[in-house]
Amino acid sequence: MAQLTYREAVSAAIAQEMRRDENVVFLGEDVAAAGGVFKTTAGLLEEFGPERVKDTPISEQAIIGAAMGASMTGLRPIAEIMFSDFFAVCWDLVANQIAKTRYMTDGQCSFPLVLRSANGGGSRFGAQHSQSVENWAMAIPGLKVVAPSNPADVKGLLAASIRDPDPVMFFEQKSLYSVKGEVPDGEHIEPLGVASIVRAGTDVTVAALAAMVPRALKAAEILQDQHGISCEVVDVRCLVPLDTQTILGSVVRTSRFVTVEENPRLCGWGAELASIVAEELFWDLDGPIVRITTPHIPLPSADELEDAVMPSPERIVQNIKKLVD
Amino acid sequence: MTKKKKDSSKPGKTQIPGSLKGEPEINTETRLRLYRTMYECRVLEQRAYDLFMQNLVKGTSHLALGQEAIASGFGTAMRPDDYTFCTYRGHNHTYVRGVSMVSILGELMGRECGLLRGKGGSMHLTSVKHGAMGSYAIIGAHLPVAAGAAWSAQYRRTKQVSVCFFGDGTTNIGAFHEALNFAVIWKLPVIFVCENNLYMEYTAIKDVTAVENPAADRASAYGLEAIVIDGNDVDVVYEAANTAFSKAREGGGPTLIEAKTYRHGGHSRADPGKYRPDEELQAWLNKDPIPMYRERLIGLGIEETQLKKVESETDEAIDVATEQARNSPSPSTDIAFIDVWADGGASWRN
Repeated sequence: MAQLTYREAVSAAIAQEMRRDENVVFLGEDVAAAGGVFKTTAGLLEEFGPERVKDTPISEQAIIGAAMGASMTGLRPIAEIMFSDFFAVCWDLVANQIAKTRYMTDGQCSFPLVLRSANGGGSRFGAQHSQSVENWAMAIPGLKVVAPSNPADVKGLLAASIRDPDPVMFFEQKSLYSVKGEVPDGEHIEPLGVASIVRAGTDVTVAALAAMVPRALKAAEILQDQHGISCEVVDVRCLVPLDTQTILGSVVRTSRFVTVEENPRLCGWGAELASIVAEELFWDLDGPIVRITTPHIPLPSADELEDAVMPSPERIVQNIKKLVD
Repeated sequence: MTKKKKDSSKPGKTQIPGSLKGEPEINTETRLRLYRTMYECRVLEQRAYDLFMQNLVKGTSHLALGQEAIASGFGTAMRPDDYTFCTYRGHNHTYVRGVSMVSILGELMGRECGLLRGKGGSMHLTSVKHGAMGSYAIIGAHLPVAAGAAWSAQYRRTKQVSVCFFGDGTTNIGAFHEALNFAVIWKLPVIFVCENNLYMEYTAIKDVTAVENPAADRASAYGLEAIVIDGNDVDVVYEAANTAFSKAREGGGPTLIEAKTYRHGGHSRADPGKYRPDEELQAWLNKDPIPMYRERLIGLGIEETQLKKVESETDEAIDVATEQARNSPSPSTDIAFIDVWADGGASWRN
């Protein structure tokens, strides 16, 4: 097993798939010659050349539109939107066009494309470069939504997203880019729509996504060591398709359910999971479902302010302790 | 000194760009095809209008009565494997790719025989197997998508060309400018065709646009030639299309064409178009592309009986198509729940 950073796993996945399929092409702002502003795509231009790895102007509608047109005519484009906040300037192409055209045309065309983006807070970028927008994508029928928490999943899930016949929104949590982890050698692919139990436990099921997974794991460690509470932590990994079976199966065992979400409170992904658990496992629950989220505010920039609003291991510990006690 | 502004709301004289001069004469067979295609488009749109009036078409619809020369000229000039992208005013552009009348009328009426079995409706006619890559109902969206299809053709070295039709109102939205710049820097085989019918929905385009020719006057910003053509003269459209296709296929990159035209009716079903001065409307009705072309063909020595044959065949075909569409059942409600995903399903969870 090789040790890769989360950022290196991005280029490793793209390279793996570009070697395998010449219809895979890649475009975005500063992605080719500069290797990406987060250096996630360094080396791709050198290996695959300017016909397949392409720098674009600052034109998000053109980037997404070009990916759509290319995908419906035989290519498998990967488009990078530098910060996921920028989806707001090209959302028509994503939500109205890419997501709906297959359905509206009675299944005449497919859109095998990946829209990658740096998502989420923790990097002090302020309210327009730090949002967690995975729940925007989750609200639109026709989009698959992936948000990995570690380098192995970045590689495996991105590779699967590139091979997937449907449009995939792939959210990379930017504060995780420098995190290292073991990534299997050789071809690595992880199926979409499968959640992962990253820590087994018996008292409470904690569902988390992306950067909230390491925070939930840290909280679980504290809860075990200091309070004797055993948490089962589920890395949701994909919001669409959603692996409810793994989550429901865990809640049946623990009888308690908590979500840890980076997105602002209203209509966060955890609300959907909470409603599923409430509808389907109400009589198995030993307590209320608890959602731990960023409050319903824009993200502030300063260290102390941003840290105060995003779910922290301490806040997770407090909430779970209160639930179980 | 200020230059006197030309009144662009009057039908002008044909301005043929220099590159079109000296083109070989269009042959009779092609001319008959151009006439037939325009006549078929006219009859199809007329019938769509009649079916609205009978409340057999629901929702809305945007007719292109009066604008037939543009779709017909391009449709005749293109290769069967070229791509076309059009707007919600896209019945003609879809029809000229070879899609049947019954499937278009059936879609408007929400029937099983419809092109999309009622899942899209009037604004989304698409037939991928005919290269009709969709009718896009959000202004501007399809320009970058058409550029993307052109990128794909360029990458795959197929010499296919992507043609994108849009209205004058589109020239004021960001996607228009993003797509033009993008297509030029990547030298994409795409033709952008602005059908300037002088009105963006209910408002005169000249009242809301900084330049007189909303598309052509922006061309220079992207290093493109400013091309304004008479969009009601199908020969002119056909020749301009051929020039642009040759350029695109030879690797010369994109072309932007502004075709001046006029819609005979309002913007959509709800709009009687009362905001347009009577004299303006009359002047353009006098320049109706179909009778104008008919007269030209007779002047060129084509027997009127040949034209009458085209007309009677089409009149008969539209009645047959209408009956077939009327008699087609409603789609099974099962199909509302399929084809969100490529596996044919709509499931989002296990």
